[in-house]
Amino acid sequence: MSAALPVEQMIPAVDLMAPLILTDVRPLVALLTPLIGLLGIVWAGERRSDLREFFTFAAAIIQAGVVLSMVPLLLNGAIIEFQIWQIFTHVPMLLRVDGPGLLFACVASILWIVTTLYSVGYMRGLHEHAQTRFYSFFALSLSATMGVAFSSNMLTIYFFYEMLSVSTFPLVTHMQDKEARTGGRTYLGYLLFTSLCLLLPALSLCYVWLDDGQAAMDFLTDTGKIGEFSQSVQIFLLLLFTFGFAKAGLMPFHSWLPGAMVAPTPVSALLHAVAVVKVGVFCVYRIYSDIFGTEVLQRMDGEDWLIGIACATILISSFIALSQDNLKRRLAFSTIGQLGYVVLGATLATERGMGGSVLHIAMHACGKITLFFCAGAIFVASGKKYVSQLRGLGRKMPITMGAFMIGSLSVIGLPPLGGFVSKWYLALGALDRDAMWVVVVLLISSLLNIFYLLPVAVTAFFQTEETEENSGLKEAPMACVVPLAFTAIGCFALFFFSGPLLLLAGISQ
Amino acid sequence: MENAIAWIFIFPLFGAVACTLVGMYNRKWCHPISVLSMIGATWAGVETLIKVMNSKSHELSYLLGGWTLDQYPRGVGIEFRADLLGALITLVVLGVGLIVSLYSKIPVEEETPGKESLFFTLFLLQITGLAGITLTGDAFNLYVLIEVAALTGYGLIAIGSNRAAAATFNYVILGTIGASLYLLGVGYLYIKTGTLNMVGIREVIEANALADSPSMQVAFILVGLGILIKMAFFPFHAWLPNAYCNAPTTTSCLLAPLVTKVMIYVMIRMVLTVFGVDFSFESTLWTKFLPWLVVLAIVCAAVMALAQREIKKMLSYLIVAEVGYMIGGLWIYNYYGLIGSIFHIISDACMTLCLFLGAGLILRKARTTHFDGLRGLFAKMPLTTSGFFIGGFSIIGLPPTCGFFSKWYLITGGMVSGRWEYLIVLLFSTMVMVVLFFRLIERMHLAVSENGENLGHGHGDLGLTEEQTKFEEGPLSMLIPLLLAAAVVLVIGVYNQDISTQIEHFLADYDLPRGIEP
Repeated sequence: MSAALPVEQMIPAVDLMAPLILTDVRPLVALLTPLIGLLGIVWAGERRSDLREFFTFAAAIIQAGVVLSMVPLLLNGAIIEFQIWQIFTHVPMLLRVDGPGLLFACVASILWIVTTLYSVGYMRGLHEHAQTRFYSFFALSLSATMGVAFSSNMLTIYFFYEMLSVSTFPLVTHMQDKEARTGGRTYLGYLLFTSLCLLLPALSLCYVWLDDGQAAMDFLTDTGKIGEFSQSVQIFLLLLFTFGFAKAGLMPFHSWLPGAMVAPTPVSALLHAVAVVKVGVFCVYRIYSDIFGTEVLQRMDGEDWLIGIACATILISSFIALSQDNLKRRLAFSTIGQLGYVVLGATLATERGMGGSVLHIAMHACGKITLFFCAGAIFVASGKKYVSQLRGLGRKMPITMGAFMIGSLSVIGLPPLGGFVSKWYLALGALDRDAMWVVVVLLISSLLNIFYLLPVAVTAFFQTEETEENSGLKEAPMACVVPLAFTAIGCFALFFFSGPLLLLAGISQ
Repeated sequence: MENAIAWIFIFPLFGAVACTLVGMYNRKWCHPISVLSMIGATWAGVETLIKVMNSKSHELSYLLGGWTLDQYPRGVGIEFRADLLGALITLVVLGVGLIVSLYSKIPVEEETPGKESLFFTLFLLQITGLAGITLTGDAFNLYVLIEVAALTGYGLIAIGSNRAAAATFNYVILGTIGASLYLLGVGYLYIKTGTLNMVGIREVIEANALADSPSMQVAFILVGLGILIKMAFFPFHAWLPNAYCNAPTTTSCLLAPLVTKVMIYVMIRMVLTVFGVDFSFESTLWTKFLPWLVVLAIVCAAVMALAQREIKKMLSYLIVAEVGYMIGGLWIYNYYGLIGSIFHIISDACMTLCLFLGAGLILRKARTTHFDGLRGLFAKMPLTTSGFFIGGFSIIGLPPTCGFFSKWYLITGGMVSGRWEYLIVLLFSTMVMVVLFFRLIERMHLAVSENGENLGHGHGDLGLTEEQTKFEEGPLSMLIPLLLAAAVVLVIGVYNQDISTQIEHFLADYDLPRGIEP
């Protein structure tokens, strides 16, 4: 079936079964770069804004460089490890770079560069306050994101997960007004409630009982150990873990995401379409793929229910998105639905489903960040926030709206755009499990995606009544337009050069 | 050093005498003397801990007056015994004392002018008393030292404002009742066993099978009740919030982290060393009902903390809730719970210290610790507020602060012992603490009044004058101790393994259940 993909012949045959483990400091460097950048950002401060932005750029570029430099090693079948600290006697804080982690890290760090450029345009265009704080906490969040991507066991991932929750709070409440307070409260309420009250007991239960309390819950070596527990405990743990990572936005713990849309658009774009939410689904993926493992999951009763929850999330959020007029909120609900895809892929517990879910992290990131960039660019250029106001904007802002169109099509999942590849593998994963109904859900959801995303661009291009307010409009500043054009092109690139991605996602041909 | 244990007392005791004498001529010398004594005492404390860790039995004994332990029951005479638990908690007491003494110069001069020599004398005697409690091996001597700590504590609180005097009176009454009950209990023990030495008492109980004796039950209830009152366990907490809030800054910084924690140490000591694990957990009903009282205590204290609009008051109720954590960890009768309980003594001392030092700085600069006066404080004092919130994150239990690790063991203990009520109440109070501290962050960060009005003109304008948001940190002599305390909170978190290993060594001698299999 995968013969439909053009580049697969180029993929070298690699034996992924026996990875070569290298010790290398690079994952730590990727983690520390934003922190060092942060010092520079704070030092430069509000008065030397150019220097401050230089530090952000430098950190982003160095980080992306370091992350990308690890790709060739990984493609040759190696795995990179670096130990920082001993959390408990049997649990190290170990950074490990494997395929899915590196793929996620690549996406986050490359898009950080783009977002930084966009932030400069956006924040300066709107004369935002407290930009130093904004860039500082942005850097901190990216450090935490790298930490999650490179974590090798549950406790390590939990540490970075919490660090991300706290470090994004000042970004969500950036506007410092009443709306920001409400958004921030919902945000932290959901994230800390789930992580402290669901996740922490589950973790503690696993660490104290698995292997007589000697298990590190390592993603590589402890896969499937959870099978020691009885069936009821297993399903209980699976529920706690799945909902505990509320950043994954699985219903009913999704409301924080629309609430977090009060943040400035660069935050919504990178964090609430890429870094934070993807951290959530990535953690869920780790749980399913590396803690439980496909074998245990397939033997488990009641695991189907979680597929059902993921499907329900996909459909319900799509319906809600249909009714949203605020563009950013519509995108937020769309994100919840797309996150549901990733969780769905993990719950399918088949090799291609898991791979599809990792791919979807990358593909959706590129598509959705484009959409958010466009929403922000429209806001900077015209101050418009609502879909119904966009009439005729296509003429005035052709690049922005064109990019929006491409992003929409990628999220919908049409070839030749990246979103198609991951949806394809998700569907294959469902078929491997003989779950025809999941494929039907995917189709219905794609249809709904068309209904809520395409009208935005269509309204902008084809309803061309010239209104008074639109007369003086032009494209947003270059710093805003270039990034969104770049990510829109990226959506194509991800389709045509998906070979290495497939390899990193662990899909064997 | 040969007599490390003795030096722990010699430094603060003679420092106190020196403070009084030198203070008659020149008050300026009192602060340096107290800092020097604390440095000396802390050094002796470190030395003791190292010696205990290196000795084969993990135990160090110092007999006052050259008597011997040979006779049965162990004879009458004062023994100072440092085992791993005692030495660890002593070091916490001394470390907190050192940081507070560094911090104290300016607040003491400002809040109690002219009384410096008196203040530092009481301060050092307080440390002597607390360190004595954690090291003594004698049940009656423990009573004496509890009184030393209590009496100096009354003085330290009452030395402040007029309102403090009323709070102190309340404290005196309840404190005296608690200590008297304890003394009565010790009387029963002495009648029954013929010795006052802690280890001696347990040996007699075990050798003569006194577990079924009703007088032992009475002794246990009296001792336990006395200690519960002294540690402000709900519903005996009424003295604590007023006493800590109206006390001078330095006093609350010293007493809040230490007094309740040291009393929890006493309870652990009583249970493990004096009455023995078998008697305390198996022959009494405490394991059955105390965890339920803990549930009540934590819920009530957490709700009361939520109702406060003043930082110091809120923190005082938090202490009451934390007392519930530790008592729960002990009485769920589980290995992990007890590790958590002991670890939480250490980490709670550090994080409470951090919070009270921060509150002191905020009080000094903002002239109030009421929530309404906090707006714009992040801009004004970024370092102070960061230090304060590191303590706050530790109370919530966010990694990698030390609070996370102690809570981890407590949660594990609640789970493996099947005490779901304790586990649930822990999680509940964790969420309350999230609300408490992020509400403070909102107050300092947002331009929104409590009833939701937008203040200022948007774009980060807090609706304050430039003067009110100008960068202006407190004096370095106060700021550095706060940052030091915040660093300690993180360092203990990072090196949690080294501490919990020592606690595990200590608990290896006691036969505690490890919990059920799922």
